[in-house]
Order: sequence, then structure tokens, then C-alpha cells
Amino acid sequence: MTADSPILELKGINKSFGAVHVLHDVDLTVMPGQVTALVGDNGAGKSTLIKGIAGIYSFDSGDYFFEGKRAQVHDPKDANALGIEVVYQDLALCDNLDVVHNMFLGREETKAGTLDEIDMEKRATDTLKGLSVRTLKSVRQQVSSLSGGQRQTVAIARAVLWNSKMVILDEPTAALGVAQTEQVLNLVRRLADNGLGVILISHNMNDVMQVADSVACLYLGQMAAQVQISEVDHSSIVELITMGRSGDIGIQLDDALTGDVA
Amino acid sequence: MSNHQTTDVDIPEAGDRGGIGMAVGDYFSRVKGGDVGSLPAVLGLVVLFLLFTALKPDTFFSFFNFANLLNQSAAIIVLAMGLVFVLLLGEIDLSAGFTAGTAAAVLAVALSNWGLAWPLALLVGLLTGTVIGLFIGSLVARLGIPSFVVTLAMFLALQGVMLLIIGEGGTIRLRSDVLLAIMNQNMPLWAGWLMWALVIGGYLLVSWRAIAGRRKAGLRSTATSVWIAKVLSLAVLLGVLVFVLNQQRQIVRPGKESCPSVGEAPVGCIPVIEGVPWAVLVVLVLVVGLTFVLGRTPFGRHVYAVGGNAEASRRAGINVKMIKIYCFMIGSTLAAVAGVLLASRDNSVSPTTGGAQTLLFAVGAAVIGGTSLFGGKGKVMDAVVGGLVIAVIANGLPLITQQSGIQFVVTGFVLLVAAGVDAISRKRASAT
Ligand SMILES: Nc1ncnc2c1ncn2[C@@H]1O[C@H](COP(=O)(O)OP(=O)(O)OP(=O)(O)O)[C@@H](O)[C@H]1O
Ligand SMILES: [Mg+2]
Repeated sequence: MTADSPILELKGINKSFGAVHVLHDVDLTVMPGQVTALVGDNGAGKSTLIKGIAGIYSFDSGDYFFEGKRAQVHDPKDANALGIEVVYQDLALCDNLDVVHNMFLGREETKAGTLDEIDMEKRATDTLKGLSVRTLKSVRQQVSSLSGGQRQTVAIARAVLWNSKMVILDEPTAALGVAQTEQVLNLVRRLADNGLGVILISHNMNDVMQVADSVACLYLGQMAAQVQISEVDHSSIVELITMGRSGDIGIQLDDALTGDVA
Repeated sequence: MSNHQTTDVDIPEAGDRGGIGMAVGDYFSRVKGGDVGSLPAVLGLVVLFLLFTALKPDTFFSFFNFANLLNQSAAIIVLAMGLVFVLLLGEIDLSAGFTAGTAAAVLAVALSNWGLAWPLALLVGLLTGTVIGLFIGSLVARLGIPSFVVTLAMFLALQGVMLLIIGEGGTIRLRSDVLLAIMNQNMPLWAGWLMWALVIGGYLLVSWRAIAGRRKAGLRSTATSVWIAKVLSLAVLLGVLVFVLNQQRQIVRPGKESCPSVGEAPVGCIPVIEGVPWAVLVVLVLVVGLTFVLGRTPFGRHVYAVGGNAEASRRAGINVKMIKIYCFMIGSTLAAVAGVLLASRDNSVSPTTGGAQTLLFAVGAAVIGGTSLFGGKGKVMDAVVGGLVIAVIANGLPLITQQSGIQFVVTGFVLLVAAGVDAISRKRASAT
């Protein structure tokens, strides 16, 4: 796999819930080593799109290529097997367990049927070191004693523990203060710098401008545009989100009128 | 493009943790995090023990009463161990007491009516518990009926089942010398010391291997001084227990003599009662085995995970429903073991076996020992410590006052205090 071939490519994705047509012919490209921001107004279809990628829903039609090969993803396990991990917005951590236990939750290492704590602790520590995490006092700390940012860090570290190739983060900074947002964004950046493909959903344009390499904007279930961050500025992303177009990028007016959006 | 500080990583470096002071410090930071463990219960146990000893030095503090106390607590402790599994999920089993009774009734019937050999009858009795647990667990996990309602229904239904098996007002004798021996006979003196040696040796070996393994891997491990202190205190504690239980506990009044262990017994001699009750061995084996299951196996880890955050566990690929069903099965099977102990103690099974305060005492024991009612927090040892607290109250108070009303009030109050400590420590944890 070369750095300039996409790790994930979606073409012409459609998804309906009953009569509600949520995703219309959506295309998305995610490059390894890059952060792809996925933006859009409430209800634009962001969560639906990533749940489809993660195998929680199946798409109705469209092509799903992972590392250049057509992939069938109908179950979260299929996505995990490909190397896709999701960090959900509502953190999926157990407060009563420590950091190591949480990172290996459901996939514990065993030796002769018993938990191999030593191996798990070493791997967890190595992963955190690899991400230059500096804020945890001990990997044997209970998660209940961690701050919101530290928890998010653990959730992200868990996603990269499994030699994952692509990590999807659904609003990872939504509940965080300034300093902790900074920490998590740094971490997101490092994931990409380590060669992973990263999809970042965010409603915060400052975050997007700071950390993303490319931005994909959904507008009423259509992919308004996917552009390099260098080609747009803050206000044009806002226009893309609210109107589906900005200057000559985005859905052109007559397209939007003839589409089945209205 | 990114130029973030990749400075030193503040993950603790390898090496030992510094000494006993640090271990104490660690404990206090855990308390701050909302995990008080069973220390309050242990302290409470010591205080109660000293209190009753001071008030009734000759009756409460006697070798005879000491063994009696352990026998009184054994069934409650085993029942509470089963409840720990259910409480860890944040569920409750109100029918555990009558599960014990039903299993005991089936066991007694299997022995006397079906004429089964005792190992087979025991198996049938324990399986009765397992099946009841499977039934409760399936209703809770698959249909999503709250465990409170399911087990309340079972609380009533199993009472009926017991009446049907035993017959109104009847009792069935437990016809098995082996099973009767559990609560009525004692281990030979040497066997008590062998048990002591095996436990201490096993603990020494297992804990040292864990520490050595961590050191070899370059991870932080318990300091040698802390380890030695732990091993020594366990050895002394268990040693005192065995030593005390190995004393003759029949009081030999002046002018009488105790019967010789061999040869012909003179008329009017006082029979020798000494040795560790077999029930202690039963409890010990269960504590070691179940602690291993909860602490060292993926299953145990998943039990804690489901109790802590069921949705997170589901997303992590854990089969939450199966974990719940297994926990109810384990809980009810242990209730059946408790039923065997109750039957052995009473020599028979009646429709009230496992009734009255049995269940409430067991729930109280688990909670007093430090198991949380909110799920996700608790240990098998909690049942032992809490069960002893309950037994000391139940045993000591009647020596002071004849009014059983006071006993209920005190036990209820202690349970409230324990549940209060649980709730407050939980609040403290979520506040930080
Ligand atoms: N299971 C479902 N059944 C029916 N409609 C659904 C379902 N899930 C989502 N939708 C609809 O699909 C549309 C897109 O929802 P989605 O959750 O993907 O939006 P979103 O972009 O993630 O929004 P937000 O920013 O608020 O999270 C919404 O109109 C929503 O009502
Ligand atoms: Mg969403």
C-alpha cells in the first residue's frame, strides 16, 4: 500500500431507513496518514455514514473499497477484521476497571486460560508511549479517576492497540474543555502521523481547521464536497455545511433543485 | 506538519513500589476513587469482637462459642458468595434463600425416597440450584424482566415448591453421615494444620510468581516488604484460627476428666470436641476457587465489565446476556450449597429451611463486606467478612439481651450503615 492510494473509498453509497432516504450517492475517500474531517449539520447523515462503514448498518447500494479491494462489511466484526476501529461519542469504557483492563476489554490476552496481565500491561504501556501520552499517572488507575480528556485518550489508545489501519472518531472533543481538547487533537494528529487513516466527525470548525488534512461535507445526505483543507477557509466550510455550496465548490444550485433533496 | 511535544512519557517506570508506606498511600488513593473495599467491615468485625468479649468475657469469648460462630456463619457466607456474583451485575436475587431450601429438600428426598448414594444425591441437589439459576437468568437476560420482580416471584413460587416436596408442616431427615458431618464433625487436628500449610504455601508460591513475573517483565510490582507482611499476616491469622479450633472446646469442670481418644472411656467423662469444623474447609475451597474465577479469568473480568457498563461491554464484543445467565446460575448453585449446609446443621429439611432472615442476612453480609448494590464492585472475600460480622452480631447480642427485637434493629442498622458507605463512596467517585 502506498501513501497516495486511499485506504478507504466509498462510491455511490445509498442508505434509507424505510421511506427516509438518508444518504444519496455519497462518495468518500480516506487517505492513510491523513485526517479526514467529516462535517455537516445535525441530521446530515454523518453518524449514519460511519455506522455503515463500521458495519453497524449495511448500505443499500454503493461500492466499499478498503485498501483498494472491494470489501463486504455487514457486521462490526467484519470492520474490526479489516482493521477499522470506532471511538464512539458516548465513551465505551467501564469506570470500575483500570486502563489496561479497558484497553483489552472483550479481547483479553490469556495464558493457559488465565488472564495474562503482564503481557497486557506491557502492550498497553507501549501503545500509550507510542502515542506519546503523557497525562496518565498509571496504567493501573481506575478509569473512574480519570478526567474526560484522559478517558478519551484511553478510548483512542484502545482503538489503535489492535494494529488498526483506520480509526473513526465521532465528536471526540464534544464534552471537553480547551486544554483537554488540545490534548485529544494532538493525539488525533499523531494517529495520522503514525500512518493510520483517520475520520474525524466534528461540529467545531476550529478543530477541523487545526487538525484535518481534508474535509468532507455532507449536506442533507449528499456529499457536498470533499476538498483539501488548504483549498478552503473557515467561512467557506460553514457555507458548505449550511448551504451545500461555497463559490464554485459544492452542490450547484440547479443540481440541488433537481435532486430529490427537497 | 505537526510539531507536537513528544517529550518524556510519564508512564511510571519499571521498578518496585516503595515499601509499606506506599501501599498504605495506594489504599487511600483508592478510597478517594470510591473503593473502600472491606476495610470498614474488617474494622467493624474487630470492634464488635472486642466489645462482646469485654461485655461477656466468659460466654462470648470461649473456644466453644468461637467454633459455633463459624458454623453459624458458614451457610450465610456461602449464600452471600453467590449473591456477590449477582450483585456485581447490579442485579438482585431475592429467591436465593428458598433456592437453598428447595435444593436441600430435593437432596433430602433423593437420599431418603429415591435411595440415591450421597454423591449422586448431592449432585442432584446442586443441579436443582443451577437449573433455578438458569431459569431466573434467562428471564432477566433474554426477556428483560427486572431481576427484582423475577426473583420476588420465585421467592413465592419456591416456597410453594418446598411445601409440595416436603408436605405441610413436615420435615425430612437428612440421611447421609457424610453430609451431616459437614456441620457436625471436625477435621482431625493434623488435617487442620495440613490445610494451613497448603493455603500458606500456595499463597506464597502464587503471589511470589506473580511478583517475579512482573519484575522480569520490567513492570512495577509489589515491594518485597509488603509481600512479606501480607504472607506473614495471613499465616498468623490462619494459624491462630487453626490453633484455637484445635483446642478442646468442651469445658471440663473440676472433678471430671475428658475422655481419652483411644481405649475405653470412663463413665461420666467429658467428650473431646476439637478440630477445625469441616464447614470451614468448604468455605475455604469456595473462597479460593471463586476468587480465582473472578480475578484471573476472562469470564470474571467480563462480569465486572458488564456490572460497570453493560453497553460498553456489548460494544466490546462481550456476550452480555450469557454473562448474566451464568452469574445467576453460579449464584443459585452456591445457594444450593448453602442449602446443603443448612440441612446438615439442622439434620433435616423443613419448609422453613432457607426462610426467615436467611436471605436478608446474606444480602447484608455481601453489602457489609463491601460489595456494591450498584454493580461492578465486590469480591468473594466480602461475603466472608460480612458474613462474620452478621454472625458475631447474631451470636453476641443474645448473650447481652434476651430481646430478639434488638437484634433485628441492630442488624438492620448495620446494613444501613454499610449501604450508606457504599452510596457515599460511589458519589465521591463520580464527583471527582
Ligand atoms: N435508525 C434510524 N431510523 C430512521 N431514521 C434515521 C435513523 N437513524 C438516523 N435517521 C435519520 O437519518 C438522518 C441522518 O441522521 P444522522 O444521525 O446520520 O445525522 P448526523 O449527521 O450524525 O447528525 P448529528 O450531527 O446531529 O449527530 C436524520 O434525519 C435521522 O432522523
Ligand atoms: Mg451524529
